[in-house]
Order: sequence, then structure tokens, then C-alpha cells
Amino acid sequence: MSPEHPTPRAVLEKVLDPEMPVLTIADLGVLRDVREVDGRVEVTITPTYSGCPAMDVIRADIETALHAAGYPDVVVRTALAPAWTTEWITEHGRRALAAAGIAPPQPTTQGGGPVPIALSVPCPQCGSPDTRPQSQFGPTACTALWVCTSCREPFEYVKAF
Amino acid sequence: MTQLATTASVPAYVLRLADDALILAQRLGEWSAHAPELEEDVALTNIALDLLGHARMLLSYAGELLGGRTEDDLAFLRDEREFVNCQLVERPNGDFAATVARQLFFAAYQCELYAALGESADATLAAIADRAVKEVSYHRDHAVQWTLRLGDGTPESHRRMQAGVDGLWPYTSELFESDDLLLALVAAGVAVDPVALRPAWSGFLGPVLAEATLTVPETTWAPSGGRRGLHTEDFGLLLAEMQHLHRSHPGASW
Repeated sequence: MSPEHPTPRAVLEKVLDPEMPVLTIADLGVLRDVREVDGRVEVTITPTYSGCPAMDVIRADIETALHAAGYPDVVVRTALAPAWTTEWITEHGRRALAAAGIAPPQPTTQGGGPVPIALSVPCPQCGSPDTRPQSQFGPTACTALWVCTSCREPFEYVKAF
Repeated sequence: MTQLATTASVPAYVLRLADDALILAQRLGEWSAHAPELEEDVALTNIALDLLGHARMLLSYAGELLGGRTEDDLAFLRDEREFVNCQLVERPNGDFAATVARQLFFAAYQCELYAALGESADATLAAIADRAVKEVSYHRDHAVQWTLRLGDGTPESHRRMQAGVDGLWPYTSELFESDDLLLALVAAGVAVDPVALRPAWSGFLGPVLAEATLTVPETTWAPSGGRRGLHTEDFGLLLAEMQHLHRSHPGASW
């Protein structure tokens, strides 16, 4: 495969999440499947949150990127099941979040227990475990607001989900 | 699922779920820029956005089942008597404590509902419910924290929280009513039996209200009728605001 004509997957692995542009949609786990069928590129994505307003933008960005790379026939499908989980954020994605000052998600709890707000979230700035939640609802659907009681910096935390 | 259930009653059931989510999203959106603190402005509108997301998926599905109707057709072009949401979600916001009381009652109900609906024989409903249940568990947790803080807070916050509980409690009985449509869909494995949700709902709320030093009012008044299109006086005003733009400018888009 020549570098002038990358595969559809290679094209899409460079598309960024519009709300957290340090992550690609592949890092975020939203990009579920890419295949070529008779010259048409079929892409399957899974929404993070039901009301995530970024999904329409992601859909448009996928089409734009593929068109620009020489794939005119593109279909983007949305699959609800299985439901997205923060476990799908890649290791590379987690490091990119932390480097941008956004705390990556803690492992999700199993068994339908209470929302895991009691877990300590290390401060992405100074690394201190001495942090507290300020609000479970942050500037985007998938983040919560936290404050570090050591360095006093507020930060966003991608809620375990 | 039976053919009868497929053809007629599934979209009617989906509309009930959709309208509950849509109307509560509209009510919570009214808090935008009016909440007691910035974090709550963000929280209540985030919750509204989740609910709107559920409503859009459900309305799209109902429109598909009804044949060629879009989510916008169903949200903006139905009249009052065609909406089948429960009356609890349409009640005016009141003060912040009343909104917290409504959130507590309704999110606790939705947690039980969506957990059970994840097992539905209808694959689309099951997928929507699987996604939604995690979101509404955050809504419930948010309401629990505020219920405890206000109920077991100052005399004034306690008074307001108790007033919120007293005013909205009668509207909760409608959540657990069954009817012929539900009985048929429960038998078909599509719908969740609301009567069966009540014990878990009560079991969750009891300790929360007790810890918050709140009491449940003794009343036999149980308003009802939302599922049959009967609504409270405030509902028409809500619809007027929600539908005005779409009806004044048909086909308008961003």
C-alpha cells in the first residue's frame, strides 16, 4: 500500500474526537468497524453517551476525511449494541488524556453497584491521590469536574462508564 | 413476539418511554442559567441532554414502526392529547428542591425500568435501555446526594425538600400503573411490567428518605391519565414553548 493512498482504516485512525481533540475516534473506542464492500467504505461507530452532541460532527468528519483520501462512496452506520464503555479507550488514548491534563477513567465497577465516585482519581497535574469530586457533570457528557486538594488545580475526569 | 404486539402496540409503548424522556428533558432545560450554582446549571442540563438522547432514539424508532414519521414529526407536530408521558415529568420545576425530588423519584424509577428493559425481546429497545441504564444511574446518584444534603441540611432546606416530596409524591403512583397495552406487551416479552418495579423502587427510596430525615406524605390522592393523553394545565404551556419554533418555521434546520 503506497503512502499516497492509505487504507480507509488508516485514514479514520487520524480523525480526532471533536470534544477531546487529543484523542482519535479509534483511541476513544467509537470507531467499531471499517470495511470495503464493492468500492464502498462502510464505517460503524458506537455513540459514547446517548445524547452526545459530538456524534453528528464525528459522522461528518469521517465522511470528509474519506472523501479527501479518495473514497467517494462512504456509509456511516451507528450501532448501539454493545454499549460503549470507557474500557474501550486505548492505552495510547489514556496516556494522551493524562498528558493533556484530563484524568483517564478508572476501571468500571461490575455488578450494578453504586456509581463509583468513592474511588480516588490521581491528579493529572501533580499526581497526588488527594483529590475530590466537584461535580459529576462536566463540560462534556463524558467528563466530571474534580479538584486536587494538593496542588489546588481543578481538572476534568473521564467518568468510568 | 406476537404479530399483534408487533403491528399495533409496540410503537404506542415506545412513545410512552420517549415522551417521559422528552418532556423531562424540556423541563430540566428550563434550569439553564437559572440553577442555584454553576455546577448545577451544568449538571441539570447534562441530565437533560442524556434524556434528550434517549428521547431521540426512542422517537426515531417509534416513527420507523409507525411508518415514515421522523423524530421531529413526533416531538413537534403532535398535540397535547397525543402525548403519553406520565404527569410527574410535566409538573413545573418549582424550586430547586422540588426539582431534586422529581429527579429522585423519576431517576430511581428509570434505573429499575431500563435495567429490566435491557432484557426485552425487542432488540432495539434492549440496546437503547442498555445504553441508558448507566446514564440514569448517574442521574439517580446526583438526586440522592442533593436529597441528603437538602433534607438533612438547614431548617429552610429541610422545609423545602419536604415540600418537594409532599407535592410530587402523589404523581409517582402513575409510574406503576398497568393497562391492557402493557399486559399484552409484557406477555410478549417486549415491555417491563411497571407493577413489578415498585418494590425495588420503594426499597431504594426508603433508606434515602430516612437518612435525609424526610417523610412520605399520607395521601390517597393518585392523579393519573398521562398514558391516555390526559395532562395537567401546565403541560400545554410547555408544549407551546417546545414546539413554537418548529411550527412557526416548518423545515428550519441549524
